[in-house]
Amino acid sequence: VTAHSLAKDSSIRRGLRGRISDGGFRWLVTIAGAMVLVILAWMIGSTTLESLPVFAKEGLNFFTSTTWAPGGSRTEITGSYGALAFLYGTVVSSLIAVLIAVPLAIGIALFLTQLAPRWLRTPASYAVDLLAMIPSVIIGLWALLFFVPVVVYPVMEFLAGTAGQVVPLFSGPPTVRSLFAAGIVLSLMILPIITAIVREVFDTVPPDERYAAFGVGATRWEVMRHVVLPRSRPGIIGATMLGLGRALGETIAVLMVIGGSPSVLIELFRPAQSIAGQIASGFAEASPEGISGLIALGVALFVMTIVINVAARLIVWRLGEVRGDASI
Amino acid sequence: MTASSAPVEMSSATRASLRSRSSNSVRRQRVDLVMRLVLGAALLLAIVPLGLIITITLQQGLATISLEFLTSTAPLSFRRFGGGFFHGLVGTTMMVGIAILIAVPLGIAASIFLVEYRTSRLAKPVRFFTDVMTGVPSIFVGLFVYAALVREAGIGFGTFVGGVAISILMLPIVVRSAEEILRLVPVDLRNASTAMGARTWQTTLFVVLPAAAPGLITGVMLAVARGAGETAPLILTAFGTAYLTTELFGSPQTALPLLIFEQARQPFEAAQGRAWAGALQLVALVLLLTVVARLIAARSRVGR
Repeated sequence: VTAHSLAKDSSIRRGLRGRISDGGFRWLVTIAGAMVLVILAWMIGSTTLESLPVFAKEGLNFFTSTTWAPGGSRTEITGSYGALAFLYGTVVSSLIAVLIAVPLAIGIALFLTQLAPRWLRTPASYAVDLLAMIPSVIIGLWALLFFVPVVVYPVMEFLAGTAGQVVPLFSGPPTVRSLFAAGIVLSLMILPIITAIVREVFDTVPPDERYAAFGVGATRWEVMRHVVLPRSRPGIIGATMLGLGRALGETIAVLMVIGGSPSVLIELFRPAQSIAGQIASGFAEASPEGISGLIALGVALFVMTIVINVAARLIVWRLGEVRGDASI
Repeated sequence: MTASSAPVEMSSATRASLRSRSSNSVRRQRVDLVMRLVLGAALLLAIVPLGLIITITLQQGLATISLEFLTSTAPLSFRRFGGGFFHGLVGTTMMVGIAILIAVPLGIAASIFLVEYRTSRLAKPVRFFTDVMTGVPSIFVGLFVYAALVREAGIGFGTFVGGVAISILMLPIVVRSAEEILRLVPVDLRNASTAMGARTWQTTLFVVLPAAAPGLITGVMLAVARGAGETAPLILTAFGTAYLTTELFGSPQTALPLLIFEQARQPFEAAQGRAWAGALQLVALVLLLTVVARLIAARSRVGR
């Protein structure tokens, strides 16, 4: 029992003023803590309320139709709101991003925790974290004016000329702004958070197990392959889902390179549109009714990300020591 | 080494290869070397884009940035050269200021709750949903603030509404980083203060918070760096304007990221040049905040 916790219960300190000041303080900070829950609940309530008429009118059509034609009404819902093309753009670009970022993040985390000399570890981890601090509009600007036309486009041309002859996924001719370009740019943006968590996961592998493997003559790679990786599977899954959640919600950088034309095409080298991109680009000119439609898109996006995030956090939380940096 | 003390799972193939080491060792060493190179290359693949972003922003931004850029507003025609993002700088500063005023007291109070009253039944859900909140898409936060404040409450687009949106995005970052720091304040300090007769609130405000100050500042700066770079929620709340304004309510406001976004999409060299210069200004701001924050953290006694 510490003096601190003892004093909390001590009868000496139960004067009237003490009860008011300490009790009041406790209430104040409790309310502050509860505000997080209140804001989250308010978010869900307010947006659901605003978009309910759209969901009520469209029903399942909202998820299966590609016709997005908002009406101009102030009071009722007159247009058609089919979100399939936006859902497709969001999900496919995010899947491309995860497919590229996860193996890369595992590689980086393995290198940083198992191979890198001590002097390299901190600055290199720091550099990967720094990538997360670059505002997404700047990544978008850089991708739009340099990275996609100069680096990604030649790759698309090459793939279209080779694999594209047989696989419809890669068939050309490619356009600069495309689903594929958006996926590549997204993979850069989710790389830091996945790397940060996977790195923490690898750090929790008991050294004894690694030394045991070294002791029986395993090489560095064999230790990683047969000790570190199998032990870290739940953590890697959690980190992947967190990255996927981030990718689904990313707006500006995606909007700048995805092309902005809603479509459900199997070809990755064609323009598309994402949910978040449509909300950001359609908002300024939307009618009151159209804004309800955009809020409905937002609710669909929110439900997708929140389900993935809660599941991911539950997985990561169960690992105990791993928590990930809130600022990444 | 007994099996029970070292539960190393290995496929039978590995076990066999370990036994016949001499014949296999060359191949295994080769695989090891190749994989090490592959893993090193993965790190390079992440560092190279970071380097490219910074060097190209520097190179393109320096070509346009000038004293005029930092102190004037952009011309109404995207084709015209000259002008700058002063209105965006004012907007960003005002909105981030409002966001700090809301998110920092609220966030630090919430973190005090999570640390000093951790036995409360509410502590676990609050901590969990704060983590979940870091994953809420920023565009959705913008939609929410628009729906709640602009549409329902009728406040109108502008500085205040934009600041609220940024504060919601900063809040979970402030709470979680402050919580981590407060947890590191030694319990001896609290005991000493209590033994001197301080009440819990006095101990918390006058002993625990000052001891944690450098770490708290680090967390706030990282949150500010994140908030200052947000674009998507501002499209729906600040709305954007071509004019300089210091109104808090009722008149649309702009920000550095909004202007970069708007000008970058124009097919004109003049607009793209301004976008690069704005990007340089924003990156400098954000990276400066980040680096200084990490330096403060590295030097403080109670820190990461």
